[in-house]
Amino acid sequence: MVAFLSLREAVAELIHDGDTVAMEGFTHLIPFAAGHEVIRQGKRDLTLVRMTPDLIYDQMIGMGCARKLVFSWGGNPGVGSLHRLRDAVERGWPVPLALEEHSHAAMANAYAAGASGLPCAIFRGYQGTDLTQVNPNIRFIECPFTGERLAAVPAIRPDVAVIHAQRADRQGNVLIEGIVGVQKEAVLAARRSLVTVEEIVDDLRVPSPNAVVLPHWTITAIAEVPGGAWPSYAHGYYTRDNAFYTAWDGIARDRDTFLAWMREHVLDAPHRPAVARPVGA
Amino acid sequence: MEYSATEMMTVAAARALKDDDVCFVGIGLPSAACNLARLTHAPNLTLIYESGTIGARPDVLPLSIGDGELCATALTTVSVPEMFRYWLQGGRISVGFLGGAQVDRFGNINSTVIGPYDRPKVRLPGAGGATEIATQCEQIFIIMRHSPRAFVPRVDFITSLGHGTGGDDRRRHGVGTLGPTLVVTDLCVMRPDPETKELTVVSLHEGVTREQVIEQTGWPVRFAAELERTPPPTATELDALRELQARTARAHARPEARDGGR
Repeated sequence: MVAFLSLREAVAELIHDGDTVAMEGFTHLIPFAAGHEVIRQGKRDLTLVRMTPDLIYDQMIGMGCARKLVFSWGGNPGVGSLHRLRDAVERGWPVPLALEEHSHAAMANAYAAGASGLPCAIFRGYQGTDLTQVNPNIRFIECPFTGERLAAVPAIRPDVAVIHAQRADRQGNVLIEGIVGVQKEAVLAARRSLVTVEEIVDDLRVPSPNAVVLPHWTITAIAEVPGGAWPSYAHGYYTRDNAFYTAWDGIARDRDTFLAWMREHVLDAPHRPAVARPVGA
Repeated sequence: MEYSATEMMTVAAARALKDDDVCFVGIGLPSAACNLARLTHAPNLTLIYESGTIGARPDVLPLSIGDGELCATALTTVSVPEMFRYWLQGGRISVGFLGGAQVDRFGNINSTVIGPYDRPKVRLPGAGGATEIATQCEQIFIIMRHSPRAFVPRVDFITSLGHGTGGDDRRRHGVGTLGPTLVVTDLCVMRPDPETKELTVVSLHEGVTREQVIEQTGWPVRFAAELERTPPPTATELDALRELQARTARAHARPEARDGGR
């Protein structure tokens, strides 16, 4: 039975210190509000899994929530570095961060394998790259039919998947549309799942028989958090705040500026999105 | 018409794309070149971004690989696992267009780390889609600004395989695609030597000297026997590029309903 909870209750009940947590959303529908709640609750020693750590993990890493990051592209899209991620990797601040580094193809396949109940993902990839030298979880197998050498990586099976979606109905069925990324796979691969939504509605307004809908019985908890994907976006609700992504470069570059921003917009602003509902909402 | 070296680079890169190409687009410089091609000589060019958008026709350049603009203008949007499995791994892409922090004389790309992996001097974003784009598209175009730090004899870390150690090294890795066939910089155009696969200057942009290219390249760079001059940007190309950049700057200055919001 899916539980309708406040964001604070949902994070407290589903996410524990030391968990492997996948907060997904490929540029779109990134569950920022949930990440902020994890920071407020002071979760520690998390293994954070995400194809693109983006600002959400930059913030969580900078606030000391993580001991390990599993990822495939760790930049601020179109802007540059994730300075908190770099500070943790290059100087161990605020705590050292172990890396398990992949390519997008590997992570996408590993989520699909997790959702499929398989122990590993097999695909054609990783030829000639030095990633194989630094990540012992990248291995190769021989196709039993053709003899082709193929890459294998372990399936991703997070303790918890956290995603943001457009809406849920009162039964707890969830609709995702636009750039759908790996969210469906992440939820189906995880032991527990938390979905934050823009709104909970009587009618899900499913736009087509082929829409991406997660049935209520695949989800552990739902929290209604309007604006919960800001500064990323929710297709049909509000647009990506590209100006904020650009501004983050200056905020995150310096430890004190970063901490001051987090204090004002996250730690001292409990249980609501960091910034008022964005323009166009 | 006056133009900048970056504009020359973008225009020269755009010209390499054909109207019937299916192009996997990296963010930043590649995205500008690909959209310029679509807005000028290649209106039917299919642009694919790794966020799952197929046939995107953005009016402004996306800041990220997954801006709403891409999805709202695409023919269809698929999941990320589908993108990498059916479309890229399935062999549907004719050109992969990549940038990077470092490229070496054999076209290998580093976007992972400068210095040792465990004690990095600079931690870069990492592979993203590039590792498999580099091996699974029919051919690879690279666009990068020329400097001795970027054009190095050997990359610190091979994120994406080019021609490996040269010659037929790509084959030895079990890769059958062409790999990098073109490198466009703000100074020149390079192509791999047919035999050795070493990147060789085939065309100098207007006003650029051999000495400049030698100075900005980290290995003793070779020039083709019949060195060409890159034709300067036309007024049509420059107008299209500048209008695109101006629209983009306006759009990114503030959040705005561009994603098909209802």
